[in-house]
Amino acid sequence: MADAAAHGHDHHDERGFFTRWFMSTNHKDIGILYLFTSGFVGFIAVAFTVYMRLELKDPGVQYMCQEGIRLISDGVCAPNGHVWNVIVTAHGILMMFFVVIPALFGGFGNYFMPLHIGAPDMAFPRMNNLSFWLYVSGASLAILSVVVPGGNGQLGSGVGWVLYPPLSTSEQGFSMDLAIFAVHLSGASSILGAINMITTFLNMRAPGMTLFKVPLFAWSIFVTAWLILLALPVLAGAITMLLTDRNFGTTFFQPEGGGDPILYQHILWFFGHPEVYIIVLPGFGIISHVIATFSKKPIFGYLPMVWALIAIGGLGFVVWAHHMYTVGMSLSQQTYFMLATMVIAVPTGVKIFSWIATMWGGSIEFKTPMLWAFGFLFLFTLGGVTGIVLSQAAIDRAYHDTYYVVAHFHYVMSLGAVFAIFAGTYFWIGKMSGRQYPERLGQIHFWMMFIGSNLTFFPQHFLGRQGMPRRYIDYPDGFALWNEVSTWGAFLSFASFLLFIYIVFYTIRSGKPVTENNYWNEHADTLEWTLPSPPPEHTFETLPKREDWDRSHAH
Amino acid sequence: MAHEKNHDYHILPPSIWPFAGALSGFTMLLGFVLAFGERTPESIKQPYVFIVGTVGVLYVMYAWWSEVVHESNVGDHTPVVRLGLRYGFIMFIMSEVMFFSAWFWAFFKNAIYPMDPDGMSPIVDGVWPPVGIETFDPWHLPLINTLILLCSGAACTWAHHALAHENNRKDTATGLIVAVLLGLIFTVFQAYEYSHAAFGFSGNIYGATFFMATGFHGFHVIIGTIFLFVCYLRLRAGHFTPEKHVGFEAAAWYWHFVDVVWLFLFAAVYIWGGA
Repeated sequence: MADAAAHGHDHHDERGFFTRWFMSTNHKDIGILYLFTSGFVGFIAVAFTVYMRLELKDPGVQYMCQEGIRLISDGVCAPNGHVWNVIVTAHGILMMFFVVIPALFGGFGNYFMPLHIGAPDMAFPRMNNLSFWLYVSGASLAILSVVVPGGNGQLGSGVGWVLYPPLSTSEQGFSMDLAIFAVHLSGASSILGAINMITTFLNMRAPGMTLFKVPLFAWSIFVTAWLILLALPVLAGAITMLLTDRNFGTTFFQPEGGGDPILYQHILWFFGHPEVYIIVLPGFGIISHVIATFSKKPIFGYLPMVWALIAIGGLGFVVWAHHMYTVGMSLSQQTYFMLATMVIAVPTGVKIFSWIATMWGGSIEFKTPMLWAFGFLFLFTLGGVTGIVLSQAAIDRAYHDTYYVVAHFHYVMSLGAVFAIFAGTYFWIGKMSGRQYPERLGQIHFWMMFIGSNLTFFPQHFLGRQGMPRRYIDYPDGFALWNEVSTWGAFLSFASFLLFIYIVFYTIRSGKPVTENNYWNEHADTLEWTLPSPPPEHTFETLPKREDWDRSHAH
Repeated sequence: MAHEKNHDYHILPPSIWPFAGALSGFTMLLGFVLAFGERTPESIKQPYVFIVGTVGVLYVMYAWWSEVVHESNVGDHTPVVRLGLRYGFIMFIMSEVMFFSAWFWAFFKNAIYPMDPDGMSPIVDGVWPPVGIETFDPWHLPLINTLILLCSGAACTWAHHALAHENNRKDTATGLIVAVLLGLIFTVFQAYEYSHAAFGFSGNIYGATFFMATGFHGFHVIIGTIFLFVCYLRLRAGHFTPEKHVGFEAAAWYWHFVDVVWLFLFAAVYIWGGA
């Protein structure tokens, strides 16, 4: 928001604060709102997780006590598992619905997808703002649900972010109901956003920009939007069933009334698996641009990259039950889901190898965004490899609900999607704010986070292999060493997040002003680099000409 | 604005409705829990928050869409904007299809693999409909309702044809009113059927899948009826031309979507799953 001061190179900005930030119909301003809000909610979600790691630092329960929660242990503590469950749940719900998607899809998607295709704004600029404020409403309900009466006679609901019945349908208090509605609002926000993105992409590309000339980031947003459009409504149905089971006596998931709790798992994961691609696909788009820019080469295999995005999106809908190998499915079902899951490694491999091939023979420059892209590549691949391990139904018997799973999905999300968010932030903050980030601090941030998050999650593979179950407040002494290492890693990551907050505000207030439109190099060749930094309120009032964006040989 | 725009896309001035709408939505859902929550403490139970939120949501819908109609009438909706509106509405209907697929999923799961009442699932399956459930005869009221809804869809298409190909406003108005009235009759018959159900909404899986699937469909019928009636009013106000009537097209698409969902409900829930 601080870029209001720097805003407007060629005209005076006459909009008042309320008009600009509460009544916006401007895709760039709404993108900024998304980024700041998701950063704020992300801070809450990260604070929860650091508190969990603090509790797990040593065997026994020291901080989450019946006598009250605390930051300094005084030696007297009756374990309070409910607090633990609430924080696990809130961390999951916030991260899944209110941090990563709003940052990548809402924030960068809103700001840069229209710029990449040369559109003057989104197709439905007013509805765009409804998406944002519904997201804020949903996040508020989610946070409110933590502090109203819930299960075990305490505050908040502690059922896990997947909201499995029968716990979610029987938990006391109305916290669970608020959490369900929070997800409804977030879903409505995402669906409206997806409709907006798809329409913009289909209807508003610059003259001459055929589908397979669209930059990869815009493509990744387009594919993500389809996943949201087709997956989120199914989730809305599932959680509506939870709501009626809780409040109006239906028995969708109640065996005593002929219902089946496993049905919920199927419907949830039919949404839930596309959801993980919804989270990471826009990250793929960002990484493609960052790697091409700092290798000073065009992206390797543009067309396979696009088809890989589409293939991952399509396959994402037919693999959901690999989250449920242990619920008692038939062997043929398990075999199918196992094979289908492994097939996803093919298009993902296409992407990984194309990124590597882009760097091959390139003149690589290790600016901060490239460091994050490098980190993404290494860690996402590592998380992908453990995904192949987990995809095997037989092996999953041993790993299901252990820390191995926790390590796996944090490698692809916490170290994949979040690294992509940071890559995008450092890549574009100069464009968005008109001021450049301090390079040295950016690199320190990267190394702190890289070391910190690996320290956090790598040992969790060992814990999982030793059989430590996830979602418990305490553990036997034998798991102490790697838990302590993991906690120190979490502390380091948290410190790096604080440094990041400082870097952002330092950049906006007193970073070095950006003078050139394209402050990287000629391989940052998408349309946003033809605009001033920050771009004026309205961009492309005269639509861009083909030579502004078309780098193909034919032209 | 420093520059004139040199394109046909629709750039909008700032608007309060998104913020007001989201705030009302928050209030409405919080109020829903405060009003109807099974586990909401009696001390804070009251309907007022819900009423305020719902009124707010309805008012924002009215005000916002009035603004859209106004923008259309002053010519902001160029051909490319109209194309975008149609894309958007088609995708809205696609998301609705996926919403219904969740309810059909719940129905088909239970109809194909009913739970064994003695707890032996999945080794032993139960039966569908569950023992003791007396279902509706599909060939009485449900069949009549099917015909009513299909006739309503036909009337809607007649109205659209009269407008788009003949510019015959009288037939268009008649067709729309017939479609609306048939939609209303459908809703009344559905309510009549519900009140004569031999199974309850709560406590059994048949009632849960039946009432939630047909209930959400009925809710969509009501929305579609209102949508068509608004189109009738807009037609009377002279908003539509043979070339330009996106709102009417959207209403017609929506109405046919509601039709098709009903055909699936009729075939699957009433006929196949009812005996």
